[in-house]
Amino acid sequence: MAPAPSKLYADDVSLLMVLLDTNPLFWTSSYLPFSNFLSHVLSFLNSILLLNQLNQVVVIATGYNHCDYVFDSSLATNQGSENGRMPALCYDLLQKLEEFLVKDEQLHKEGSEKGLASSLLSGSLSMALCCILFYDLDICTASLCLIFRRFFDQGHSIHNPGYVAIMNSIFSAQRSMVPIDSCYIGSNNSAFLQQASYITGGVYLKPQQLDGLFQYLSTVFATDLHSRTFLQLPKSVGVDFRASCFCHKKTIDMGYICSVCLSIFCKHHKKCSTCGSVFGQAQSDNESASNLKR
Amino acid sequence: MNNGEERRLNGEAEEDDDEDEGNGRGLEAWERTYADERSWESLQEDESGRLRPIDNKALYHAQYRRRLRTASATRIQKGLIRYLFVVIDLSKAAAEMDFRPSRRAVVAKHVEVFIREFFDQNPLSQIGLVTIKDGVTNCLTDLGGSPESHVKALMGKLECSGESSIQNALDLVHGYLNQIPSYGHREVLILYSALSTCDPGDIMETIQTCKKSKIRCSVIGLSAEIFICKHLCQETGGSYSVALDESHFKELILEHAPPPPAIAEFAIANLIKMGFPQRAAESSIAICSCHKEAKAGGGYTCPRCKARVCELPTECRTCGLTLISSPHLARSYHHLFPIVPFDEVSLSLLNDLYRKLPRACFGCQQTLLGAGNKPCPRVSCPKCKQHFCLDCDIYIHESLHNCPGCESARHSKPVAATEE
Ligand SMILES: [Zn+2]
Ligand SMILES: [Zn+2]
Ligand SMILES: [Zn+2]
Ligand SMILES: [Zn+2]
Ligand SMILES: [Zn+2]
Ligand SMILES: [Zn+2]
Repeated sequence: MAPAPSKLYADDVSLLMVLLDTNPLFWTSSYLPFSNFLSHVLSFLNSILLLNQLNQVVVIATGYNHCDYVFDSSLATNQGSENGRMPALCYDLLQKLEEFLVKDEQLHKEGSEKGLASSLLSGSLSMALCCILFYDLDICTASLCLIFRRFFDQGHSIHNPGYVAIMNSIFSAQRSMVPIDSCYIGSNNSAFLQQASYITGGVYLKPQQLDGLFQYLSTVFATDLHSRTFLQLPKSVGVDFRASCFCHKKTIDMGYICSVCLSIFCKHHKKCSTCGSVFGQAQSDNESASNLKR
Repeated sequence: MNNGEERRLNGEAEEDDDEDEGNGRGLEAWERTYADERSWESLQEDESGRLRPIDNKALYHAQYRRRLRTASATRIQKGLIRYLFVVIDLSKAAAEMDFRPSRRAVVAKHVEVFIREFFDQNPLSQIGLVTIKDGVTNCLTDLGGSPESHVKALMGKLECSGESSIQNALDLVHGYLNQIPSYGHREVLILYSALSTCDPGDIMETIQTCKKSKIRCSVIGLSAEIFICKHLCQETGGSYSVALDESHFKELILEHAPPPPAIAEFAIANLIKMGFPQRAAESSIAICSCHKEAKAGGGYTCPRCKARVCELPTECRTCGLTLISSPHLARSYHHLFPIVPFDEVSLSLLNDLYRKLPRACFGCQQTLLGAGNKPCPRVSCPKCKQHFCLDCDIYIHESLHNCPGCESARHSKPVAATEE
């Protein structure tokens, strides 16, 4: 699959949609406490707003049970608080974020589900893409910035409900020429985020030194899309494009595909379990005939 | 967070554009003058007989609802593997300027859009481009699965001259399409400007051979209806239409992007063996099997024979395995899990309950209150009950294929077992 065709960026006004992972289950066990992480991110957001006064930042929190907008620089009240000790950005964002986390926890208590699950990336991605629709992309360049702590991933199968939704969002972003940058904080690489960035022409980064998170964010993700063409950005270390079979959910690098619905199987079946098509044997005769003709 | 106006990124730039919002957007300068010429077409009479600009938003939305209805009425197999040749007539008739700036330019522009849309809807299918000029057909691009190479060839210099020949085009295409595997659907789409065809032999025979090889031929005319085109389409099960103007042409050509229901009957289901190569690191260097030269940077490694190829989808030059990436297949999975159409919130409900209803669109956070705090038309998702504005409704169903409301709530999602 070819990466997204790059658009010519005439202007360096950027609209940055930041998707934050606020899944509390991930942050508790972290060697980077959530408060430290937030201070890195806040400095990063501030620096973007300072780079160009027309720049805009929208932050969407991705929780365990729901997603919501927590900050929008065009709506910032700009009054600050508590004797002006805290800038407006931090005050607004922190207040909203607190409300968000309280609500997320409530929803968590209501739902009786146990165990760890991945954050609702597909939800916040979908919201962000709807939101970008309302900005005039001729006068600013939009990019999505995903900052995620850890990602659970059941493989690339349609039986993983998040998979189809996330891929749908990625393709929609590609069509709108919105690059998805991803900053992934975890031990292994995330195939989802790697694919998202590769397909949309964004940058995928897994910071090595978490103490310097701000440095990573500001040098890689704060650069507008126009300037990126002049920079040496982190190169991809390879992308995993393997698939999972629908029958055993095994990761495979070779398999059979139903020509009707494109389901993936690891071995030859007589009938497609997804669409019910029966695979004829007569096919192979025709096939060899056409091969002979060549 | 419900003041829509404030969110506009650049207030001043926006004001200038306000007038031609919707129809002036993304148009070239010459197109805009053209649009201005026909300014009377964007007027309508209201109840009292006064002229008013047409409410484009409502119009677009109505069009979209219609599309959605027809789409859900004719549910067809979507993963069909199609092999389509687009034949572009570059005879001197294509230089005519009844389409601005010329038929050729209009065709090239919309074929580009068509190619991208086609690969979005038919991920494993292939397209080839053929041109007719001076009565001779020329293969502009071979059958291939990458939109970029076709678009690049289209952007090259296309000159028009001489006569046009349907028979020559069909003969050439027939030769290529006869070689494709039998699970593939063979199709030809001819974009025909000329009013005649200048053939070396009996075209009726050629039409019969096409019919026998199950090649579905469709024609979009740019001038007037011609008998031979109509006959060709009738015989081979294709569709024939003549474009009235540019927007009609665009509509007609995009109708060919989703697989036509009729060809589903020709389909023989089959399992195709495929490989999913991994992309190598950007810093690696290897000799690729397609260009036979050492290349730095990412390439893909065939899982069966470990040969390196530069691009996906492709066929491995060494072992013949079809190589694709899993996201490529995922492009069509939204057909397997279609998103339900949203319900329109009735006006009476809106007027009675608007204080209790959400004030902003769940997707984009734009206010759903119009002038004078009157509620705007809106839709709601039958599953998650969230409200959406009309723009988001169209975007969600035509491009995104996810409901942001349903996706951002956790409902019986299985617990993940392993960290990757
Ligand atoms: Zn299996
Ligand atoms: Zn199937
Ligand atoms: Zn090569
Ligand atoms: Zn091979
Ligand atoms: Zn909306
Ligand atoms: Zn919903």
